[in-house]
This record gives sequence, C-alpha cells and structure tokens, in this order.
Amino acid sequence: MSNKILSVRGLSRIHGEKCPLCISSTGPEYDTNICPHCGSVVAAHDVNFDLYRGEILGIIGESGSGKSSTVKMLYFDETPTAGSATFYDAGEQYDMFTLNAAQQRSMRNKRFGMVYQNPHLGLNFQISAGGNIAERLLMSDLKHYGEIRTRAGDLLARTEVARARMDQNPKTFSGGMQQRVQIAKALATQPPLLFLDEVTTGLDLSVQAAILDLILEIQHELGTAMIVVTHDLGVIRLLAGRTLVMKHGRVIESGLTDQILEDPQHAYTQRLVASAL
Amino acid sequence: MNAYYELPMEDAGYSFGFLDEYAKKEVRRCILKAISVPGYQTPYASREMPMGRGFGTGGLQLTLSLIGADDTLKVIDQGSDDSVNAVNLRQFVQLTCPGVQVTEKTQEATLIQSRHRIPEKPLTEQQILVLQVPYPDALVVVEPSEARRKVMHGEADYSRLLVKLYEDVVRFAEITLSHRYPTRINGHYVIDPSPIPRWDVPRLHQSPALVLLGAGREKKIYAVPPYTVAEPLVFDDIAFRVEDFRDSNGNRIACRCCGSTESFLDELIDDAGKVTHQCSDSSYCEEHQETISARKQA
Repeated sequence: MSNKILSVRGLSRIHGEKCPLCISSTGPEYDTNICPHCGSVVAAHDVNFDLYRGEILGIIGESGSGKSSTVKMLYFDETPTAGSATFYDAGEQYDMFTLNAAQQRSMRNKRFGMVYQNPHLGLNFQISAGGNIAERLLMSDLKHYGEIRTRAGDLLARTEVARARMDQNPKTFSGGMQQRVQIAKALATQPPLLFLDEVTTGLDLSVQAAILDLILEIQHELGTAMIVVTHDLGVIRLLAGRTLVMKHGRVIESGLTDQILEDPQHAYTQRLVASAL
Repeated sequence: MNAYYELPMEDAGYSFGFLDEYAKKEVRRCILKAISVPGYQTPYASREMPMGRGFGTGGLQLTLSLIGADDTLKVIDQGSDDSVNAVNLRQFVQLTCPGVQVTEKTQEATLIQSRHRIPEKPLTEQQILVLQVPYPDALVVVEPSEARRKVMHGEADYSRLLVKLYEDVVRFAEITLSHRYPTRINGHYVIDPSPIPRWDVPRLHQSPALVLLGAGREKKIYAVPPYTVAEPLVFDDIAFRVEDFRDSNGNRIACRCCGSTESFLDELIDDAGKVTHQCSDSSYCEEHQETISARKQA
C-alpha cells in the first residue's frame, strides 16, 4: 500500500468530564451528541478512514456533526481524546499524535496545508498577501528573500491573484480573493495533504465555481490529497471521490460519492440527498 | 540624588552593594544559568530598588551582585559617562559599595554598566559588560501571549520575526530596525539585545568580554557568554548592515570634536540650525582628542 498517505483509526474527541456512558448514550440513534449523564459533548467518536495520494475525501454533515473537529484534530488545532492517525510521507510513517510539539509544528508547516472558511483564521491581516505566503515559506526554513518573492508571486499567479496586488494587505481584497490567497498560502510548501474547511461557504456562485475549479486543477497538477469538509452536496459531488457522512459525532455512512448520492443507505443521508434535489 | 548623603549603615544594616546577601546570591545563580543557556531569558526575583523600574534597575542589580571592593566600575548612558542616568547610577554604587573605584576610561574598567551602547574600544576577557534592558523578549512585537512566546523560543520558531523583516524590505527596500535588532545567540535563542544601535550588534559576536543583560521591570536576565556566536536575523541574500554615516557626497562624516571617522555618531543640531555629528562614546572621543593633540605637540 505505497500509495496510502493517511490512515485514521478510532479518532475521538470528547469535551467535558466524560463518563462511561458517554459513548453508549449519544449518537444518531439518540439524536444527540450531549451525554445525558455527565453533560460532556461527544464532538467526534470512532472516525476511521484511509486516504490515498491525489485523492479527495469529502466529509459532509450538518453543523455540530463533528466534521470540522475531525479535520482540526488532524491539523493539530485540537487534541484528540482517543484514536490514532498515521501519516505516510517519503517512505516514512509517522504516528501523528505521538509526535512532540515541535515535530507536530514542523509537520503542520511543511507537509500539511489548511484553508479555513473564514480567511481571518488562515491569514494574518496585519501583513501583505505576499507576507502571508512568505510566513509559510520562512516556517519551512527558506530564508532567501529573492526566492521567497518569486515563489510567492508564482503562487498568487497560480491562484489567479494579480501579482501587482502581492504587496497589498488582504484586508483590501474581496472574499473570493482572500480565499485564493489562503489557498496560495496553503500550497506554498507543496504539501502532499491539504485540508479544506468549508472553503466556498459564503461566497457567491460564480466565485464558488472558480474556487472549486482551482481546487480541481491543483489536484490534477500536483496530485495533492485533500480532505474537504462541507455541508454543500454540490461541492461534494464535484470534488470528492469518496465521502463520509457524519451526524452527532459519528460517521453514519461512507463510500464512493456517487453511491452515496444515488443510493443513500442511512435515513439521514436519504433525507439530506432528497432535500438537496 | 544628594551625593553627600550617607546611608545610615549601622542603623539600617545595609550590606555592601545595597542588596542583601541572599538577593545577590539569587541574582548570581541566575547569571550562571543565563551563561549556561546562552540567550535564554532566565526569570529572577527582581528586587525593589530605590529608583523607579525602567531606570536601569535590572542592570543595577546585576552590577551590585557582581561588584567587589577591588572592582573598577564605568557607567555609561547612551555612550556618555555624564548623562543623568549614568551619573545617578554611578553615585548610587559609590554610595553603597565603599572602596569601589570608578572610571570613565573603558580600558580601566573591570565592570561596565551601560544603557544602550557598547563602548567603541574593544572589550577584553577581563571585563564584564552589563546592559540595561527595557524589553527582554524579541518576540513581543509579533506575539502578545507570553505563554506562546515561551513555546516559540523553546522550538526556536522565529519565522514571524523574519516576516516582519520581509514586510520591511517590501515596503522600504531595506530593514528599517535602528535598534533592538533581533540577534540569534549560539544558534538557538533570539534575544532582544537591548536598544543598542545596529552598529553595536556585530560586537556581540565572539566578544571576549562577558555580556550580561538585565531587565528589572520584566524580571529577566540573559547573557551572551564570551566567544559565543551572535548573528543578527537576516535573509540569505540580504546582508546585515550597520548605520551608514556618509554624507550626500559619499564621504564618511567625521566627529566634530575628535575628527574620528570610525565611531558611532550622534546627530546634533546647533543653535544656528546646522546639523553636526559627534561621537556617541564620550570616553572614546576624549581619548581620540588627546592622542591627536599629543601627536600635534610631537
């Protein structure tokens, strides 16, 4: 299995004090993710999946279903309460949650990319668009000013942000442009794995289409594996080859995207697909 | 401060150097730790001194813990031995450390306390330089949370400081920091070398003298041990450079008093509105004047 890039097993995150009944009394069957006995919130429980090189995995679900939590744990923004994730990179494998803080930071900076729904999370609005990309490059130990400039310019051009606007503050950019700067920043270190958290939510339709096109082009060109979190079935249909459906912190259905959209098995997925059509 | 005032030694029982022996011991221990971990900001229990925090209490506590009756002390404030801060601190040390010699000549001093300058004259292995520090943490400009700064220091994560420099180069085509230039010590910790001008930063590198930095208000001591690597943060293709004292014709401006063209200059505007320059290091300037007049007589 040399093509595998990420393997996630039993990933869980519980907020609160936890009791032995947390798991058995929450989930889609009970229609809640709050434990009635101790009040803990089961944000995600027992998430399992594998991701292969160049593949796009979609995670779909309603607000609070644990899809963002899953991605945040993998990007080290949050610490899981249980479970493991193995990252396969350049012939090595890394047990992600046993790495120390410095190793995690280095993996996050050099091997992963993240695009948030809100550009304020992913970009520093105190500095220029080019500076944001420079930050990523500097974090991965590139300290040559000329090269940083060229790379940042190329990345912005690649994501269709005019080079002339490179030294302007992203505050002055439109929402779609800010999102493209975020994508350029995420791609700066040519990561083999990219996380996209609701990247098109809140953008108008034509801009959405342009961003989605860009993401697909990047996947074809660079062979970047991606995990796309969204509540928009259209995005999933367009981008993802395989999809996980989450509800109340559990994965309730997983499989090929076409299969899930055409022949949903779980009642919730059926409702989801029916409501979108 | 009244220079003729005498401390009531018998009544109050002030010990040599104002600080009690336990306080001095604690400061010395922190100095040892700071030397052992070059550039690391060692926390210490900064004592209340009979002067406001921010007036050099950090440097003074270092000086008072290090000084002995056989030491010769020089105190400078921005290069000058005669400005208010230097005079007051010197008088305080004379008052509280009977028997200590004071000097204005760099080469005579065994201990030099300085505010924001390193003497022009190269220091020797026999000397210790104490610098007064207002803001010890170089990362404070990019990260407000001290807890997160500590993690960044621990992981030697200084990319955000470089982003700051990148933005400078983008906007002004050069790095515009005039003082407090972030400097990496021994390949790991980046320090704020106190507000010394860029001119002085290369002199921290492989310095034969021990350089100690004390921040009284921020309660930190850190050190550049003798013969330690001290590199200013730069890009690979943009070299660090010091102040450029050339006029519009490209000639090096000379000091108006001693005529030196090799020292760090202060810009002065005289009563007529004319801009002149003068050595910032008064001890260096005077010595240079003496050499020149001696040469003329000979």
